[in-house]
Amino acid sequence: MPQTYEQKLLEIAGKESRVVVMTAENRAAIRGVPAALPNQFIDTGITEQTMVGMAAGLALRGRIPVAHALATFLTLRAFEFIRTDVGISNLPVKLVGAVPGFLSESNGPTHQAIEDVSIMRGIPRMQVFCPASYEEMVNGLESVINEPNPVYVRFNSRPSPVEHQAFEWGKAEVFSPEAKDVALLAYGTLFTEALEAKKLLEASGISARLVNLRTIKPLDEKAVLAAATECKLVVTIEDHFLTGGLFSVLSETLVRNRLVADVLPVALDGTWFHPTSLKNVLETEGFTGPKIAQKIQARLREFSL
Amino acid sequence: MEKVLGLLSEQEDQELKNLSMRVRENIVRMSTDGGCFLGASLSAVDIIVYLYQKYLNIPALQDPKRDYFFLSKGHDVPALYGLFAETGQIEKERLKNHLKPNDHIYWHPNRNIPGVEFHSGSLGHLLSVGMGVAQDAKWKGDANRVVVMVGDGELDEGSMWEGMLVASALKLNNLVIVVDRNEFQANIRTEELIPLEPLEAKFESFGVQAIRIDGHSFTSMHQAFSKVPLEGTGPTAVICNTRRGKGLPSIEARADRWFCNFSPEEITQLLQELHGEKAAALTSETLIVR
Repeated sequence: MPQTYEQKLLEIAGKESRVVVMTAENRAAIRGVPAALPNQFIDTGITEQTMVGMAAGLALRGRIPVAHALATFLTLRAFEFIRTDVGISNLPVKLVGAVPGFLSESNGPTHQAIEDVSIMRGIPRMQVFCPASYEEMVNGLESVINEPNPVYVRFNSRPSPVEHQAFEWGKAEVFSPEAKDVALLAYGTLFTEALEAKKLLEASGISARLVNLRTIKPLDEKAVLAAATECKLVVTIEDHFLTGGLFSVLSETLVRNRLVADVLPVALDGTWFHPTSLKNVLETEGFTGPKIAQKIQARLREFSL
Repeated sequence: MEKVLGLLSEQEDQELKNLSMRVRENIVRMSTDGGCFLGASLSAVDIIVYLYQKYLNIPALQDPKRDYFFLSKGHDVPALYGLFAETGQIEKERLKNHLKPNDHIYWHPNRNIPGVEFHSGSLGHLLSVGMGVAQDAKWKGDANRVVVMVGDGELDEGSMWEGMLVASALKLNNLVIVVDRNEFQANIRTEELIPLEPLEAKFESFGVQAIRIDGHSFTSMHQAFSKVPLEGTGPTAVICNTRRGKGLPSIEARADRWFCNFSPEEITQLLQELHGEKAAALTSETLIVR
């Protein structure tokens, strides 16, 4: 049996007494922690600001707090505490946002963290880890905790559709690096759909590489530039607003390197999504593997006109 | 300095008054060439002087067992730096770098100044930061006390009450909230805008034991702080009744003397006024930001 997030966290915290597990009464992923590590656990109740402020205070004392809350409330309600108390002093606080993006499913727009990547990466030195699957999140947890900078983790509960390559912080996972037609850049929740789109494109004779940008910050700029210069079309895929996420990261990277590329963004363009189950969200918002593949094929047809 | 709990000799009282006077002079000198929050600094100065001279146990700046002082109401930082300059923690000359690009001395606290535990400026933040320190000290079984100084206007912030709710639940009885109760928000009296009284009852209902003292009387502070943190499972609040602008009758308790930027001539007069000479004739425009 592969390790669960909680088992991995307990294993690390058991060896490293500086780790403190915190939650703003969001214990879903860490139910066993209070009993297993009572002196390294704090539940502040439904108080995201106080939790983050306390995390900064604990970090001042040399602790490594790993703070859990729903992604929207963590990044939005406590944003100023993150930016001002954690960010200004660059304290090694680790923020874990649950049900980000489409994973908020039927909760509605109050719970849709679809600007979290944008605002977290905007904080100097804040690192942003968007694991492509539950397994990759567990694989990366040790790196998150060892990272001297603050880190925002987009908690991913989805099982991996593939055996992941070895995890390396700041390094993208690239599938079919030799493909030259289309490059799919994705992170987090939609890795599964991006992989399916890749397979569908290949079945119709279009070569496609998939770049899993699991740490969107630090960005694997080399992998992004290779995709943008070697492939005819670059597709950014994210359950995030078009503003400030991967599409913006790619745009910034291209401009900084004086490059132009054909880019197809697949993102939420200025709208919250209709709340329903993940399966239905993917369908109605047009983010399933087949729908992504169709959008790409349509764009490629424009090229050949 | 020898600590005699509860009793302050006349000589000690006089020494503290003399020190406070020198710090007040330093504060007044920072109220020009760009200015500072003079009123709030003068309401807080006696409390800050008292805490550092008689209450806080700080054997060395990085000693993990030291008491922590967090200045959450950042506007009164001239009082903190003015004291640091008198006790030799920073070079006195350095105060002349106020608002200059070559130093970190500006309108709010900065951690690059030795002795500043954490930066502040945005209100309602350092209670929770202090709680993190207090929790860690409790886990380690250390005797650190964590003092968070807040303004009364700062108590408008929801994070203050959220923090108290949690601090009391976590039984952080090593945490002390000191309120500079100068009865002003920025430019409006607290009781006219967002009334706080009865303040002790509000604290108590959040599980925070509260006492109220005269924040300009060293004997009053010494008597009270000898028992702080109060016995019990939760945090303690010490409400220090003060007057904004204390020591300068020409600006004392005036809503419009919040931020002050005076001319060198006015500073000379204010320094004389501090020593009981005639009131300064102030003509500099009043700045009302809020």
